[in-house]
Amino acid sequence: MTPARNGKERLVVVGNGMAAMRTVEELLTRSPERYDITVIGAEPHPNYNRIMLSSVLAGEKTVDEVVINPRGWYDENGVTLLTGNPVTAIDRVARTVSLAGVGDISYDRLLLGTGSKPLAPPIPGLQLTGVHAFRDIADVDAMIAASERHRRAVVIGGGLLGLEAAWGLKRRGMSVAVVHLMSTLMERQLDATAGELLQRDLDSRGIAFFTDGQTEEILGNDKAEGVLLADGRQIEADLVVLAIGIRPNIDLARAAGLDVNRGLLVGDDMRTSDPNIYAVGECIEHNGQVFGLVAPIWEQAKVCGARLAGNDEAVYVPPPIFTSLKITGVDVFSAGALAAADEADEEITLHDARRGIYKKVILRDDRVVGSVLYGHVVDGPWYVQLMREKTDVSAFRDQLVFGRAFAERAGAPVSKIDIAAMPDAEQVCDCNGVSKGRICEAIRAKGLTTLDAVRAHTKASASCGSCTAKVEAILAHLGGAVAHRADPAMCKCTDHGHDAVRHAIRERELRTIAAVREALGWRTPDGCQKCRPALNYFLLCAWPETYRDDAQSRFVNERVHANIQKDGTFSVVPRMWGGLTNPRELRAIADVAEKYAIPTVKVTGGQRIDLLGVKKEQLPDVWGDLNKAGLVSGHAYAKGLRTVKTCVGSEWCRFGTQDSTGLGVKIEKMCWGSWTPHKVKLAVSGCPRNCAEATIKDIGVVCVEAGYDVVVGGNGGVEVRVTDHLVRLSTEAEVLEHVGAFLQLYREEARYLERTAPWVARVGIDYVHERVVADADNRRALHERFLMSQRMVQSDPWAERAAGAEAHEYRALAEVG
Amino acid sequence: MAGRRWIEVGRLDEIPRRGSRRVRGPDADLPIAVFRTADDQVFALVDRCPHKGGPLSEGIVQGCAVACPLHGWVIHLDTGEAEAPDEGQVSIIAVKVDEGRIWLAAPEACSARKPEAA
Repeated sequence: MTPARNGKERLVVVGNGMAAMRTVEELLTRSPERYDITVIGAEPHPNYNRIMLSSVLAGEKTVDEVVINPRGWYDENGVTLLTGNPVTAIDRVARTVSLAGVGDISYDRLLLGTGSKPLAPPIPGLQLTGVHAFRDIADVDAMIAASERHRRAVVIGGGLLGLEAAWGLKRRGMSVAVVHLMSTLMERQLDATAGELLQRDLDSRGIAFFTDGQTEEILGNDKAEGVLLADGRQIEADLVVLAIGIRPNIDLARAAGLDVNRGLLVGDDMRTSDPNIYAVGECIEHNGQVFGLVAPIWEQAKVCGARLAGNDEAVYVPPPIFTSLKITGVDVFSAGALAAADEADEEITLHDARRGIYKKVILRDDRVVGSVLYGHVVDGPWYVQLMREKTDVSAFRDQLVFGRAFAERAGAPVSKIDIAAMPDAEQVCDCNGVSKGRICEAIRAKGLTTLDAVRAHTKASASCGSCTAKVEAILAHLGGAVAHRADPAMCKCTDHGHDAVRHAIRERELRTIAAVREALGWRTPDGCQKCRPALNYFLLCAWPETYRDDAQSRFVNERVHANIQKDGTFSVVPRMWGGLTNPRELRAIADVAEKYAIPTVKVTGGQRIDLLGVKKEQLPDVWGDLNKAGLVSGHAYAKGLRTVKTCVGSEWCRFGTQDSTGLGVKIEKMCWGSWTPHKVKLAVSGCPRNCAEATIKDIGVVCVEAGYDVVVGGNGGVEVRVTDHLVRLSTEAEVLEHVGAFLQLYREEARYLERTAPWVARVGIDYVHERVVADADNRRALHERFLMSQRMVQSDPWAERAAGAEAHEYRALAEVG
Repeated sequence: MAGRRWIEVGRLDEIPRRGSRRVRGPDADLPIAVFRTADDQVFALVDRCPHKGGPLSEGIVQGCAVACPLHGWVIHLDTGEAEAPDEGQVSIIAVKVDEGRIWLAAPEACSARKPEAA
């Protein structure tokens, strides 16, 4: 018998898994001093996130990364942890639990979180070497070891867990087949259409499927050699993984005489038939239901923690259940009902087979009661919210299936998350158990600015993603980046998106293209024409002082510093600062055009002159002649600053309010030569008549009597977008600082080949305002980083090449015959 | 292949890795692109994309293929064939590299000379 210390009540927790430990955390936040707590775990590990085991199997996370409460946490909170030692019996009369090798431990209150056991089909061969369940770290270790020795795996079970296991083994290089009893995959979470889309996608990734497949026997003498199906089909395998489901682990409870059915029976207060014994998680049965997904279990933990802390009001009400699949690049989401239950229910579906997108929303009495999403799942959490809040959707029913952005434009209530009012202790990420306080602390202590960084440091929103909006709101509240739910893969060479790659480059200090490919597991040795220019830019932006530009990863125009034309000749556009020129420059251009027989001379939309049809080998000489008149590269070929268009402004115009031309020249002098994610065009108009068309530029300045309106995110191209208003300023110096800061924010955070217009539309003008206007320190830091980077790049590439640099680029290797 | 004549066009180190340079032949409209891959394999193709005649020598070299700069068709350097779903092929020219020197198979009697320095 262990005596109680300090006269506190003794709480013994059997089970060191997610449900029990979340309950302990909930208890500690409410009543940290009430109990002397001992936690007993059968596995030799601290509490880890079982949901993320599939990511460990797939090699995307390490075991350490999925630990929720490291051993230090138990010490800090005064919790005694005994691991690797299962409880063998409960004596409810003596109020003790027995541990092999330790003896008996007394309790005043007992919490059972014994979890579940994998279901095994009643077939011969389960005892063979090479047959594993997929339940705990030991199983994952065994599967990883098998994948290193063997080639062929069969997963029995095409549900959530089975498919994640199959994908993990595939990622580890095995050839994988999935045997599933039903005709479509994940039939409990997906309807037939979504199940078929999923099967098609996974099939194209090289996983074989045997649906309507009943496993008869696992074949082999000592070790597994294959699987035999009832219809006679045989599949060879060295590794067989059982993932057909789970059942509550109630052996201990049953032996102790507690009331059990399928699971250990509990009431709304999470108490078992013994009032001193509570239970949570996958081991329980509540109202005829057993549990395998995380959301209802967190709710149980909250109620149970409150009860243990002495709150007799807390009552468990099952929340809506939602699921997402953790297979990189496969987006599946489902919540609530999968289909209309009767004629009163409505189904709204959207199916775009070519893009692999399928969405279904199920309505009852104008309320959302279920949703199945495939391929485009960012709105999943929103549908869950509508379900939870029982929102009447009749006003925006027609837009509902297109998602939140459309519906809110059509009048759906815009849900604002009030971060200021949220207490620090409130749980934000349910999958990983991260509170608002922990997220704020990490953002402040580590200076995090992006969603990815918060995910990496706190694990918040790193699992199912349903709390992403909250995490983003916290970031925005503290002045960090609100970013971007979907981060689509960069190209066929990788599954990583632009945001994730940029994040890894900074956080892991990757400094060469080869290092990025190596660290992030690129599938191709050289990359391709999509990722190489992007990586080259990302590295240049992240490490402006040290990165060596890779000419072979530049698109021809940027490598050659001229624009390639359809016949293989090039065009040459010298810079005209703010659209200003003079007789000497014009004479030089005229002379060059004649001397080199340049066929076309044209005025561009950006107030400059374009010489078209120049042969590649003529370029250095043409540039040399232009340089002599003071003309330099206009970077008309660059994903970089192009032009600053101006009107004549107060110097000449009778309506001009400020010197728009002069300001345009100053801005261009600051910005020329910069590399950006896509081309950038600016304009300065001298009055609101806006003759320079500043409101369809990436950055525009519209002069007014009172000063300068800075507008951003416009575009006059394929999809015309009018700028958003950023700020009104009173001096030119302020304009320069804001323009530099905005450009740098765009340089650091946009995806490659994303113009400012879609970028601003994606992150929102509020976010840009927050970073560039509201946060003055951040603005100055951005502006300074921009100027530093500019010091590295502001030298005329034409002058260098006219003087002989990169000569091989402009000469044939040989002339033959 | 007895009697095949080879013409020296330059040194391997005159072409950047993952890069290409042009050789101008007797037919001014049919220049030849000589490619050097990351692992120093050398290929020669007629420098015209089968799609719209773009100069393949200006493309981004990736593995044993090049992406045409005009519209992004990917052409395999060893066969001259376009990557599916695009369809088309350019002629390839036999190459040999001997002690760091690149030789192209000659279509007919002709001789090589270096271009004048620019």
